[in-house]
Parts: sequence; structure tokens; C-alpha cells
Amino acid sequence: MSGDLGDVADRVVGWARDGEAVEIVVGRSRHTEVRAYRGDVESLSAAESMGVGIRVVQGDRQGFAYAGTLDDEVLAETLADARDNAAFATPDPHVGLAEPDGVAVPDIDLFRPSLLAVPTDRKVALALELEAAVLAADPRITGVESAEFVDASGESCVASTTGIRSESASTACYVSVSCLAEADGVTQTGFGFSVGRELDDLVPADAVDDAARRATRLLGATKPASTRTTVVLDPYVTAQVIGVIGSTLSGEAVLKGRSPFADRLGDEVAASIVTLVDDASNPLAYTASATDGEGLASRRTPLIVDGVLRSFVHDSYSARRAGTVSTGNAVRGGFKSTPGAGCRALALEPGDLDQAALLRDVGDGVLISSVIGLHSGVNPVSGDFSTGAEGLRIVDGVEGAPLREFTIASTLPRMLRDVAAVGADVDWLPMRAAGVSLVIRDVTISGT
Amino acid sequence: MIEEAVLGRVLSAALVGGGEFSEVFAEDRRGTTAVFDDGRIEQLSSGRDRGAGVRVIAGDTTGYAHTSDLSEAGLLAAAEAAGAAARHGGGGANVVALERRPTTHPSTVEVLPDDVPKARKVELLRRADDAARSAGGAVSQVSARYGDSRRRILVANSDGLLTSDDQVRTLFSVGVVATGDTGMQTGRQSVGHTIGFELFDRYPVEDLAERAARRAVTKLAARPAPSGEMPVVIGAGGGGVLFHEACGHGLEADLVAKGASVYRDRVGEQVASPLVTLVDDGTVADEWGCFGIDDEGSPARRNVLIEDGVLTDYMWDHTRARREGRPRSGNGRRQSYQHLPMVRMTNTFLLNGTDDPDDIVAGTDQGIYVAQLGGGSVNTATGDFVFGMWEAYLIEDGEITEPLREGNLIGNGPAVLLDIEALGDDFAMGSPGTCGKDGQGVPVGDGVPTLRVRSLTVGGTAA
Repeated sequence: MSGDLGDVADRVVGWARDGEAVEIVVGRSRHTEVRAYRGDVESLSAAESMGVGIRVVQGDRQGFAYAGTLDDEVLAETLADARDNAAFATPDPHVGLAEPDGVAVPDIDLFRPSLLAVPTDRKVALALELEAAVLAADPRITGVESAEFVDASGESCVASTTGIRSESASTACYVSVSCLAEADGVTQTGFGFSVGRELDDLVPADAVDDAARRATRLLGATKPASTRTTVVLDPYVTAQVIGVIGSTLSGEAVLKGRSPFADRLGDEVAASIVTLVDDASNPLAYTASATDGEGLASRRTPLIVDGVLRSFVHDSYSARRAGTVSTGNAVRGGFKSTPGAGCRALALEPGDLDQAALLRDVGDGVLISSVIGLHSGVNPVSGDFSTGAEGLRIVDGVEGAPLREFTIASTLPRMLRDVAAVGADVDWLPMRAAGVSLVIRDVTISGT
Repeated sequence: MIEEAVLGRVLSAALVGGGEFSEVFAEDRRGTTAVFDDGRIEQLSSGRDRGAGVRVIAGDTTGYAHTSDLSEAGLLAAAEAAGAAARHGGGGANVVALERRPTTHPSTVEVLPDDVPKARKVELLRRADDAARSAGGAVSQVSARYGDSRRRILVANSDGLLTSDDQVRTLFSVGVVATGDTGMQTGRQSVGHTIGFELFDRYPVEDLAERAARRAVTKLAARPAPSGEMPVVIGAGGGGVLFHEACGHGLEADLVAKGASVYRDRVGEQVASPLVTLVDDGTVADEWGCFGIDDEGSPARRNVLIEDGVLTDYMWDHTRARREGRPRSGNGRRQSYQHLPMVRMTNTFLLNGTDDPDDIVAGTDQGIYVAQLGGGSVNTATGDFVFGMWEAYLIEDGEITEPLREGNLIGNGPAVLLDIEALGDDFAMGSPGTCGKDGQGVPVGDGVPTLRVRSLTVGGTAA
């Protein structure tokens, strides 16, 4: 179905002049979003987006330009802009496009035609049912902030004069709900979602249960006293923290002197139970895809094995500069940006215990159910880690009173070493990292 | 961008299914970004994006569709899709004849960035790198980014409105890494205004670079931030994000209407210390969050949200104002034509008090002084919010002493507003920001004079 995108890509690649390398990424996506509010459709959006990004390498210089259209005339102008831009870059012998590396592209099917056949009425009904269900889930639930159904299908093609040609298509859909619960005049919030590639994958009841449980269990929350203690991160929180740790393992951050792990390959950087793998070829991952942003095969890269730092992730530029090969980790934010080296689908190797068993082992501590402000209080260069949090006290090995308005703080290198257990409850969330319960010792809680 | 007659036909077609209101929002955006990193100009990139969104309102339902095809056929297809989405309505309104309304833009652009040779843009980056690296041997890495954008928008609706705006923004930022025995530290500084290339006549990039470098180098000697509740002094211009998070978002009428704000049903009440007068103002010339019209065609306005501590009003977009039967406040904004508008802040700032800023520090026994806050986040339903500190120091016996490592601070909006106990007379606007809400980012500005909060929780690791 992406034949016409492939045609566009081939045409632009064919316009390359002698002595220059040209890469094009071309993409098109469609999405529907239905929001329910008070038993009615609050909004229904339907749209198609498309665009191209063109990279030109002339000698040791690279230029880039993009456009949000596939008109032939604009394509030619965009290529000309990218050429013109290249003239202003500082020469760098490592600049260049990816070249086919012989690694087999994994055969993963991320496209479900059934999603395209779902009538709008069914999508509307899903959003309305979701809102009604969360309101009925618990008498303390007083309102719904948002209840929505979203689906999207996308196709893209990366092609270059160096022999790259990769076409892909995928579908995704989710339901997501955020509700308000109230007791004694104080409001708490909770969210839940369910994600899939087609409608049958969705379990709206899970989203409803999560949202209702998250909101109601925080009712009556108080601010804890400052202390140092063991924390258990909920899978959703772990995924966010692992995502930040992943950013410090980018080959680009390492080469440019922005990673606290730069000189640590082969060192024990984490507790021996920590094994961290990046693998976008795993179809369970929300961010799975057969190829990366430069069209190279997605592959499995162990980053930390039994606590020892084994590898960073590379795209073709950082690999060339580091004297190694790409790990298939070129990440791009759509057609409007050039690729950079980054983790794509991280997961911690799970342990043997579910969360309840982990809490029993911990005995006393704090279960962190959500964090806020990772972008403002975590510095992946210095390693300082501080984030706002909500959660539950862990008392005698079980969930206790709810807590709010406190922070948890440590440093990223210390947290990796202080990991005491990884749960068995792997959850593939709509993020670049999988969730799993994680126990970390000796974290500072700041409250009263 | 689109002929008037075509707009009229598209607005009518959108109402065929029974909608009461239709709107076309068209946008043409062009921009250039240049990135310097690791001692070299990595890349210059340029982009263009053009398209239109059609919105139809029927009862309480909004239908929306967008397209990058600005031909009449493309727009009619979007109108049909948006109209179908809102088909539950029973209205069947007619389109009032379009009348063009002139726009007064608060800023005057002297030099369009598009008219400036690319070589001059990348030259700024080299100068910033030189300046940052000459700030000392501890500086180990420098990145600098130049960005300009020109966003032309057109809004037409079935009430007969036809208006447009031309928004030019120019931005420059510098990030520095310093390395020492204690590891690595970072410093950042940015400047951005809704003006053209003349930005650099007013703000030399060397000053930015030196500030970013000094921030990083100073932090090499920083100790871990303390933990627990303590007085916090925030420096002029460095702390507007505090109010953006502590109450700005909570005063957005869409969140208020859904019961997702701690400030619901509180207009007329004392919600803050009597020292606090908070304004949201899209008309402040040149500031990052200013514009001629919002993304629904309403002229930018100055709105007093809190006056002497009393909540005077919320911020409004078309949908919420229409439902409440009141005027809009010029706060209906969207990231691009691919998004529905919602209630957003513009430039949100606290007016001056009367205290001498030096006295505010001297009157603080033990606490911290935050010269520059980082980003922040809020849960508007509970009022709990956090913000990061990029540059902070201990205050001991009324004096600013040692630098602190980074961390978040956490507080509860309504409690913190009542806890503002000193307010300086040295107001300054802060750095340009991008405010995120529901996945959409829009440019916003903020500003504060020096102030002291009686108690906030500092999220460090030290006792």
C-alpha cells in the first residue's frame, strides 16, 4: 500500500548529482481521535498528514530540509534547500549516510488491516463506554477529565543513493482515560490506558480499573517526613526512569562528552541482577519496527549484562566516529528531523517475583505510583536525579497509607548500583521502555 | 493563502450536516534551524509546512479535520469530514458574510530572518562557542542552537470573521558542559523574542554563552541540594514558571469546567497573598508569548487573573466562552493546523511589589536562593506542582553562600500562593518557554520580581 511513497522516494534519490549522497524519508499517517465527555462526543478529529525529509551529503558536509507535502515541485525545492544548507556545515570526515550492512531485516508484522475497517460509530461507542465505565467504577469517582479512543496508521519509506531502501507500515490504537476521585473535599486523579495494533487487542476494562484504582487509592494522601528508604517503582514509573538511563547510553552522548558512563565500558555499573537490553525487533514493544530511522535492520543490543556495561547504541554517524558499526539505533522524530543515536525499545530482564512479593521482601519503604517533573529535575549529564512523586507507604510488607507532595532523589549511577530486585511483571507500555516493578535501596524522600 | 469566496463555500459546506459554527484555520510556517555542537557546525536545516484545519461545532460536539491540500477540493473534503464528525447537532446555521478584520500585532519586525544570509546565522553559533570556551578550562563541551520561524495564519468563521496574523520568532540557546573532579555539570541559557534578526543587536550571543558557561562551571563546586521544607527566594526573571505551574494552568477554563482545577468556583475569593497580582498578557510587545490574534482569531488581550490576591477571572477560548455566554480572552491557541485549539497561557507574570530585593535575601535566615528555575509540571486537579532549579544557592544567615546541584522543588499551588511573603520591585521577564498541554506545545513567556515563598519542599539528597 505504500507503493506511491516508494515511488516518491525513488524519484528523489534519482535526482542526486554525481559526487553527492542523498537520503529521503517519506511518510504518511492517518489518525482518528474521539473524546467523550458527559455522555456525548466532545470532539472527533480525523486527519491525514504527510511529508518528506531530505538529507544531502556533499564531501564531508551534511544539509537537511523538510516539507509537509509530497508535491513534486516542493520536493525539488526541498532537495535544493538541503543542498544549499550542506554548504554551511563544518566538514566532518565521519559524516555520511548509512550503508547496507547485511543484517537481515526481522520479519515482524505491525500492520493490521482490520483497524482501517472499523466504522466511526464503533470508535465513538468505545469512547462513550469508556467514560461511562470509569464513572460507574467507584462511588468516589466524581468526574472524568478525559476519555478517548485514538487510532493511527502510518507508512513510510527510507531510501538513499547508498543502497538503502526500506518500506514499512504499522497500525496502532488505544483507549485512555483520566478520572477524578473526591473524598473530604480533596480531589485525586488517576489514569489508565490500553494499547494495541487492532481493536481486538484493546482491553478497556483494564484502563478503567487502573484509572479508578490509581485515583481512589490516593484519597486521604498526606505528605511524608523526609527520610532515606527503599522504594518500589510501579512498572509505569520504571519505564520512565529506564528511558532516562537509556539516554545516557547513546553513542552520540558518549562521544560528545555528555554521558556519565562514557569511560565505563566493561565496568560493573549496576547491581549484578541488572540486565538491560534494547531490542526494537521485538514485536511486543510498542516502538517495534523492522528497521531504524536510516533503514538498517532493528536488532537486539544488550547494553548492561549482569551489571556490566557492554555496549552503547549507535547510528551510522556515531558508529563511524567510534570505530564500530551501527546497532540499528538511528532515531528520528518524524520526517522533520535528521536521525540521532538513541535507544528504541528498552527492557530490563525480569526477575521472579510479582509486585506483592517484592513488597513483602522490602517490608518497609515507599511504593512510587507516579512521578512528575522528570524533565526538570533529572540531568542525564551530571546524573542528578530528583522528581516529584506520589505513592503508598509500604508497612510490614503490604501497601499502606497514601502519600503525596514529596520528591525522591539520588543519582542515576547510584540508582543502578542500588537496584535490589527486578519484578516479574513486565508490561509493554506505549513508551520506548518496557515497565516492570523495580526495587531501589537508599533513595532520599523529601517531604516535611 | 485562500481566496475569500473559497472560504465562504468551505464554511457553508461544513455546516451542511447541521452544525452551528464552522471555522477554517490555515497556516503557513517556514523556519530555519542551525546547530553547532562539539566544535563544529553540525547542520543547517530548513522546513516548510502548510495546511488548514476545519472545525465544526454542533451542540457540545466539535468535529475537526485537517489537510495539507489547500485547494478548494482539499478544503471541501476536510469540511465534509469535520461536518460528519459533528453530525449529531440540530443547528443548521448559515454563514454570515465574511468581513475582513485588521490585526494589530504588538511587535514590529525590523529584519525578517528570511532576508538574512545563512552565513550570518551560522556565524552567531561560532561566536557563542568561542565565548563559552574562553570562560575557563573546565568548559568541556558547548552546543548552540539558532532558530527562526515565520508563521502566517488565517482564521475565517461562520460568524463572518476573517482575519490573519504574521508571527515571526527568533531564538538562540547555548548549552555548556563543564568537567572537573566532581564530574560533569551543565549550564544553559536562551533568549527568544517575537521579533526578527534584530534580536542579536539587543542580546549579544557572547553574553548568553558566558552566562551558560558560568552556570556550568559554578556548579562543579556545588554541593547536593538539601531535602525538606524551607524558605525559598526566587530571583527576578528566573522564576515565572513557578506561577505558570502553581496557578496558571489551574486558571484555564477548560480544566476548570471539568472540575480538574483546585481553583474552580473560587472567583472573587482570596486565593493568594495580597502581594500577588498575576497577569496573562498576549499584547506585550516582542515577548515570546505575544501575537496579534490567537489561533481562533481573537485579538490578544491583557487579562488580570489575580488582583491583590483575589481571583478575578479564568482564561477562555471560543468553546468555553461560548458555553458560558461570555467574551473570549484571547487564549485559544494551538500548536499547528493539525491540532484543535484549547485554552493556553501567553505571557504570564507577576507585577512588582515594593520590597528591596537585597532585603528579601538578608531577611532569610536559612533557605535557598534560586536564580534560575528550569521547567515544571502540575497536576491541576490536586494543585501539586514541581519545578526544577538550574541555578541555585544556599542562603545562610541572610547571605547567599554555596552553589547547589540540580533537583526539583515540590509544592501545592493554593498553599504556595498564600505563602508569598515578600515581593521585590525589580520585575524582569524570563527566558522563552514552550508550554506543553495535551501533547501540544506553544511558545509562552513569564516574568517575576524577586520574591520569597515561606516554605517549599526542596528535593535534594542532603539532610
